Amino acid sequence: MSDFVKHSLRAMLFLLVQVFILHKIPPLHQFIVPYLYFLFILWLPFNMGRTWLMVVAFLYGLALDYFLMWPGLHTAACVLIAYLRPFLVNLLIRQEGAEQSYGAPSINSMGWAPYMVLVVVLTLVHHSYLVFLEWMSFGNFWYFLGKVGASTGISLLLILITEMLFYRKERFRTNM
Amino acid sequence: MRNIFLFIRRYFNFLSFLALQALALSFLFRYNKFHEAAFAGVANEITGRVNEQYNTVDYYFKLKKANENLVKENVALRELLRSNYQSPDTTQKLIVDSIRVDSLKPFQRYVYREAKVVGSFITTQTNFITIHRGSSQGVRPDMAVIGPNGVVGRVVNTSANYSTVMTMISRQFKVDGKLKNSGERGSIGWDGQNPRIVQMRNIPKSVKIQKGDSVLTSELSSIFPPNILIGTVDSVMNDPSTNFYNLRLKTGTNFSTVQFVYIVQNTQLEEQQKLENATRNTNE
Repeated sequence: MSDFVKHSLRAMLFLLVQVFILHKIPPLHQFIVPYLYFLFILWLPFNMGRTWLMVVAFLYGLALDYFLMWPGLHTAACVLIAYLRPFLVNLLIRQEGAEQSYGAPSINSMGWAPYMVLVVVLTLVHHSYLVFLEWMSFGNFWYFLGKVGASTGISLLLILITEMLFYRKERFRTNM
Repeated sequence: MRNIFLFIRRYFNFLSFLALQALALSFLFRYNKFHEAAFAGVANEITGRVNEQYNTVDYYFKLKKANENLVKENVALRELLRSNYQSPDTTQKLIVDSIRVDSLKPFQRYVYREAKVVGSFITTQTNFITIHRGSSQGVRPDMAVIGPNGVVGRVVNTSANYSTVMTMISRQFKVDGKLKNSGERGSIGWDGQNPRIVQMRNIPKSVKIQKGDSVLTSELSSIFPPNILIGTVDSVMNDPSTNFYNLRLKTGTNFSTVQFVYIVQNTQLEEQQKLENATRNTNE
């Protein structure tokens, strides 16, 4: 299966799960909004150009926004984490050339700790920006803090479960 | 000139990031004012179709609830029939002092159209439902939407066969309501917390309020017909610093189970708005 087909299917699956499962669950509390869809952007390959990464994130975020009928909100957050991802990856990968020899960020290509740092930081950035944009229209400071905290917690839990359920074998690429 | 190109090439990533952000934010802030958003019509049509597929499954599980609501509404309407009212004393006679419905047709102010709900969300701060009836079937933005149990929301966007409706449980949604018993009016909005509770402001403390009192749409709301149920009083919040109560209302409509709605067109809305605008212009 080519990379393009794999990632397209993955994008559709993530969108459907987000829209028709995670957004259909009756809310536990107004602060807890389970987000998982942005994991798609974290799983995009290393060798994608930065601009392309942002364009893909833009289209992907817009697709979600059209389902939730609020164009621009998730798009802005997706573009932001797509922009920040290469910087973080460069910081976190120690050994020379890991991004050449592996396909995409994952536990076994980056190692447990660096991968988790990447996930936690990007989740926090995504949620803060998202709630900040919401907050510009309404809400107060405690609303902002509470929502970022609670949503980040639930998202990290979901990401952990996803990583355990769908173990991605990243091939070590030789001579490519 | 060469330096400009070098600058652009050097910061190409950052510049494209800024451009995409600006585009996203422009969508966001334009849409908040409910103007036509980017490609909203086409996107509406596509998401509407996907939502409809999902709804074929979802609808099956909510059939029981939907039936119950429709039967309840039928009972309420049947009780209004004239044949139900008969005096035991036959010397008394009920005389209806009005003209027949057919001849009233030109005076009909509110036109009702039914629609099926195909998609709904109640987990975000601005919640929309998608209905399967669009501009080809006579839906226009800003029409009122009510359900079997009361107010649902307002149409904000239409495509050929689908429309999106902003529900009452959205931060930007406001509706003018009145207490059924005393007729006291107040503005109703949602605070973003519980999807079954909305807030009503500015009720004077002199008014007697009891738990369970009905709140209806008032005559001042130009898009909603008057006397449609909004909700019932759940609790009264006393704010000692003002002379007003804030009421918490339990919504009549349960937004997670609503399956059929009516779209209400006010046929005289245009005339009313034209007059109001003309008055405003002359007074300026």
